Amino acid sequence: MATVKPTDIAKLAHLARIAVSEEQAADVADRITEVLNLVDQLQEADTDGVEPMAHPLDTAQRLRADQVTETDQREAFQAIAPAVEDGLYLVPRVIDE
Amino acid sequence: MHDQTMAQLAQALQRGDFSSVELTRHYLDRIQRLDSTYNSFITVTETQALQQAAEADRRLAQGDAPALCGIPLAHKDLFCTDGVRTSCGSKMLDNFVPPYSATLVNNLQTAGAVMLGKTNMDEFAMGSSNETSYYGPVKNPWAVDCVPGGSSGGSAAAVAARLTPGATASDTGGSIRQPAALCGLTGLKPTYGRVSRWGMIAFASSLDQAGTLTRTAEDSALLLNTMASFDPKDSTSVDQPVEDYTAQLSQPLRGLKIGLPKEYFGPGLHPETAAAVDAAVKVYTDLGASVQEISLPHSHLAVPVYYVIGPAECSANLSRFDGVRYGYRCDDPADLMDLYQRSRSEGFGEEVKRRILVGTYALSAGFYDAYYSKAQKVRRLIQQDFIDAFKQVDVIMGPTSPSPAFALGAKSQDPVAMYLEDIYTIATNLAGLPALSVPCGLVDNKPVGLQIIGNYFAEARLLNVAHQFQQETDFHARTAPGID
Repeated sequence: MATVKPTDIAKLAHLARIAVSEEQAADVADRITEVLNLVDQLQEADTDGVEPMAHPLDTAQRLRADQVTETDQREAFQAIAPAVEDGLYLVPRVIDE
Repeated sequence: MHDQTMAQLAQALQRGDFSSVELTRHYLDRIQRLDSTYNSFITVTETQALQQAAEADRRLAQGDAPALCGIPLAHKDLFCTDGVRTSCGSKMLDNFVPPYSATLVNNLQTAGAVMLGKTNMDEFAMGSSNETSYYGPVKNPWAVDCVPGGSSGGSAAAVAARLTPGATASDTGGSIRQPAALCGLTGLKPTYGRVSRWGMIAFASSLDQAGTLTRTAEDSALLLNTMASFDPKDSTSVDQPVEDYTAQLSQPLRGLKIGLPKEYFGPGLHPETAAAVDAAVKVYTDLGASVQEISLPHSHLAVPVYYVIGPAECSANLSRFDGVRYGYRCDDPADLMDLYQRSRSEGFGEEVKRRILVGTYALSAGFYDAYYSKAQKVRRLIQQDFIDAFKQVDVIMGPTSPSPAFALGAKSQDPVAMYLEDIYTIATNLAGLPALSVPCGLVDNKPVGLQIIGNYFAEARLLNVAHQFQQETDFHARTAPGID
């Protein structure tokens, strides 16, 4: 049986960029363990020689010609951004002065 | 007017019995008067609706308007609508006003359909009860202390309460069919790739498919005629001509071969739901169909496969919500990591975060083969079960949902119990097959559904099979008590 421990949650939370407080970690670990116990039934299936199925119709992704088809809509896109300046998206400083 | 089906309303508009503006005003008034009880709409677009209706009336007056011209519709709030807030039921997108419309929204708008507004849903379509919505739960018009099903619960409740003649919806594991069953409607999930996913906010991209919630199969066919299209902008859209889905509706069913999977009638199925499904199958044998028991031996693994693949794809799709380009951003981030983590932790609800974490786990180093790769292999076994079954039968029938609508709050603290709501619907998403639910009876005065599964691209046949049932029965025509 898969068991996710509260200590594993910190790593997962970091990978997913989701903050989980220490108080929540035990509860989150329990809930995720329940889901993993549900999906553990998969291990009983005999899948020797079975190809993984990624797409319901087993077709490959269509490719398009490498041509510009979109028009410039920067203003429309930036109008819905939380913080912009001079056409740039603003985030907290990443590189120290 | 609201007692009529979409097909009847379309004829009345073409005849000029009333105008689209009158019809639209009628539904807007009903929404304003009644929806405080159901909470089925997140946004009502009154001004745009009346403008679109006036434009539809001009086209109707010219005499060659498309069938849906002037018909009011509601869109599930995960289809992007240019200039109209599209929330996906989430705080994360509470302020998101898309600068473009989804292809299916454009298709319907081009045909002259009128948008009444955007309907409530489980957050990011993750749920089977509409209780995970940031905008509060939706109430089932048949029993307001019960859930309408989910994730398309708002679309279903709106049609069932006659606040709109029809609605768009999406189905990743049963999100159209289960609410259809619980609200007494006809709900169609087409073949994967039949309706464009472009502009539909992604949950699990290999499973997501848009479809319809309507009162009748005929209405569903009318909507699908316009919604379905090949779309170069959706890389998994299928390049295949769109049929006239109304053309085969009247075809007799004599000789139809129906398969009943023994796995869909086991323990866990409410005995009265089973009885309603049996009675529905009897209607078909009276129409000249034959019935045989079949087996879909990997059925019990559908839910486990889904809860690996769904979360895995969701964790990848939802990584785009970073608090930088659009959507929710936390206050006063200390640094970039804090911006990402707090925006996502504060912007997403509990079920969405749980699925992102499960998906992250299943895709992480050391677990990929045991979970994701294994699930993809079992997914193929599930598909093969259906391929084998369709060598013997034309359609597969069974219950849509194990029980009628359950009480609000009954399963919201138990994720695994909630996941089992979709035990009969998930396998068709994994296989990519089309399926629909039609009302087939009442249990405890609440509707239950018959699920009909077809072969790839057999939507016209499925709608024919459903329509013929609706010529013999009146379950689809019944209205929830208290709806005038």
